[in-house]
Amino acid sequence: MGLSRQEIEGVAHLSRLELTSDELDKLTDQINTLLEHFIKLQELDTADVEPTSHAIPVYNVFRKDEVRPSLLPEEVVANGPIVADNCFVVPRVVET
Amino acid sequence: MPDELYRLTAHEIADLIHCRKVSALEVARSFNTRISDVDPKVRSYITLTPELAEQQAIAIDEAIERGDEIPTLAGIPWAIKDNMNTRGIMTTCASKILDGYKPVYNATVVDRLAKDGALTLGKANLDEFAMGSSTENSGLFVTHNPWDLDKVPGGSSGGSAAAVSADECAFSLGSDTGGSIRQPASFCGVVGLKPTYGRVSRYGLIAFASSLDQIGPLTKDVEDCALVMNSICGKDQMDSTSLDIPRPDFTKSLRNDVKGLKIGVPKEFFAQGTDPDVEKSVMDAIELLKSLGADWKETSMPNVEYGLPVYYIIAPAECSSNLARYDGVRYGLRSTKSTDTIAMFQHTREEGFGPEVKQRIMIGTYTLSAGYYDAYYLKAQKVRTMLRRDFEKAFEEFDVLITPTSPTVSFGIGEKTHDPMAMKLADVCTIPANLAGIPAISIPCGFKDGMPIGLQIMGKSLDEETMLRVAYTFEQNTQFHKARPNL
Repeated sequence: MGLSRQEIEGVAHLSRLELTSDELDKLTDQINTLLEHFIKLQELDTADVEPTSHAIPVYNVFRKDEVRPSLLPEEVVANGPIVADNCFVVPRVVET
Repeated sequence: MPDELYRLTAHEIADLIHCRKVSALEVARSFNTRISDVDPKVRSYITLTPELAEQQAIAIDEAIERGDEIPTLAGIPWAIKDNMNTRGIMTTCASKILDGYKPVYNATVVDRLAKDGALTLGKANLDEFAMGSSTENSGLFVTHNPWDLDKVPGGSSGGSAAAVSADECAFSLGSDTGGSIRQPASFCGVVGLKPTYGRVSRYGLIAFASSLDQIGPLTKDVEDCALVMNSICGKDQMDSTSLDIPRPDFTKSLRNDVKGLKIGVPKEFFAQGTDPDVEKSVMDAIELLKSLGADWKETSMPNVEYGLPVYYIIAPAECSSNLARYDGVRYGLRSTKSTDTIAMFQHTREEGFGPEVKQRIMIGTYTLSAGYYDAYYLKAQKVRTMLRRDFEKAFEEFDVLITPTSPTVSFGIGEKTHDPMAMKLADVCTIPANLAGIPAISIPCGFKDGMPIGLQIMGKSLDEETMLRVAYTFEQNTQFHKARPNL
């Protein structure tokens, strides 16, 4: 009961990937193969087991609230593909 | 002698510099020449910084001339895996999506090594975003194993491992999410150490799977490993997961003595698919340690067999989240195919990411999506807890655990690229240490058909010292680490 090609297209959309038809075919096969390997985990009873999100849990990490040097605005935008007036230029996102 | 400086270990070079037998500049030039000679064949480096290394060397020599006290790693040339930020120096992650990216800040490890006087030779190749086990997933080019140029160097820190093995640097840094330092160290016949999670700051390491990633050294011997660990470990305000605990002096662990130490040998790490010659070398190594006074016993860690599926759920889930930032807005590539915002993101990511990265983003997005989260991601996190408990239980009885680093030696370039599962099996012995957060080291312990075999020693959480002591003792009583490829 694997994922259909259409479901894979849905995942590609969520992933913000504009995949080619050939890529969708390949990924459908590959992802279904991997999902079959994941079924093995269902053998284990984990009802009373706490999940691990970090191997070495660290809680409540605070630092002093003090002013420290930071990047200059022109450094922050230095790597932008398109930049104007220290801002990143992106396609229009609001209606006119 | 200056011609052959590149063959020396970091501690040997440091001794020569400290007693003024050679200058840092002679060292830098020796390595730069070596790189020009062999890198066209090996292709360890994405970016070279020969002028920077020489400038740094001149500054060290001037400090020596003035009679200043110089730091331990002064004049030691090193290579950086190209997923760590270097200010003003192109940082690619071996991905087209970071096209033209020049970081405006250094990773903490880069600052620490610069402060300790190490010389920056360049940025080493890797599997794109550190996803892979052969460096064949590099979006730029393939790195070759210095022992056999038709074989892979392992991965994902393949460039870092090949550079050390080919004497193209004295040491390097890699990052290890599921074995990416230890497995290439094993394939290239060098030492590779993954520290306890939290020992080393990840600030400036381009994130793949944040709960698993850890930076560590690749070196020519265990002593060098201790020296580099002394430089890179410690709390960093910029990484809240770095641990606020004192750093031991790791060179104090360099003792040729394993008397009374208890070694556990978990049978699940020798499962089907382990090359009999690899198994024999590892068992010979364990017997040698026994003859030197250690005890060993077989043990069982029943949940280790679930390590691979747990890892291939957790790592892609974290990857899909971390790699959401590559959208063509703030750095790197932006597709010119569309003027619509969402389509701009989609085309940029389609053009910029390679096939392995896309596959992992897709798996992670799926396993985290509504309705599937509990069955995959949460389940994997719970099994991760069970696996951690296996380690806790084993370490009640044993001081270290010893296994192969990889079930096989290096394989041919192109041999496994068509089978996604076959490649992933290369990490079966290394993944458990990442899931448990414990330290692990790979050291050379033999050869099969001319290709190096790696011995993995795993230690208790935050007990790199005992692990290093076992590794050092093995090294002092064998010659494997002295073998170098003919290039």
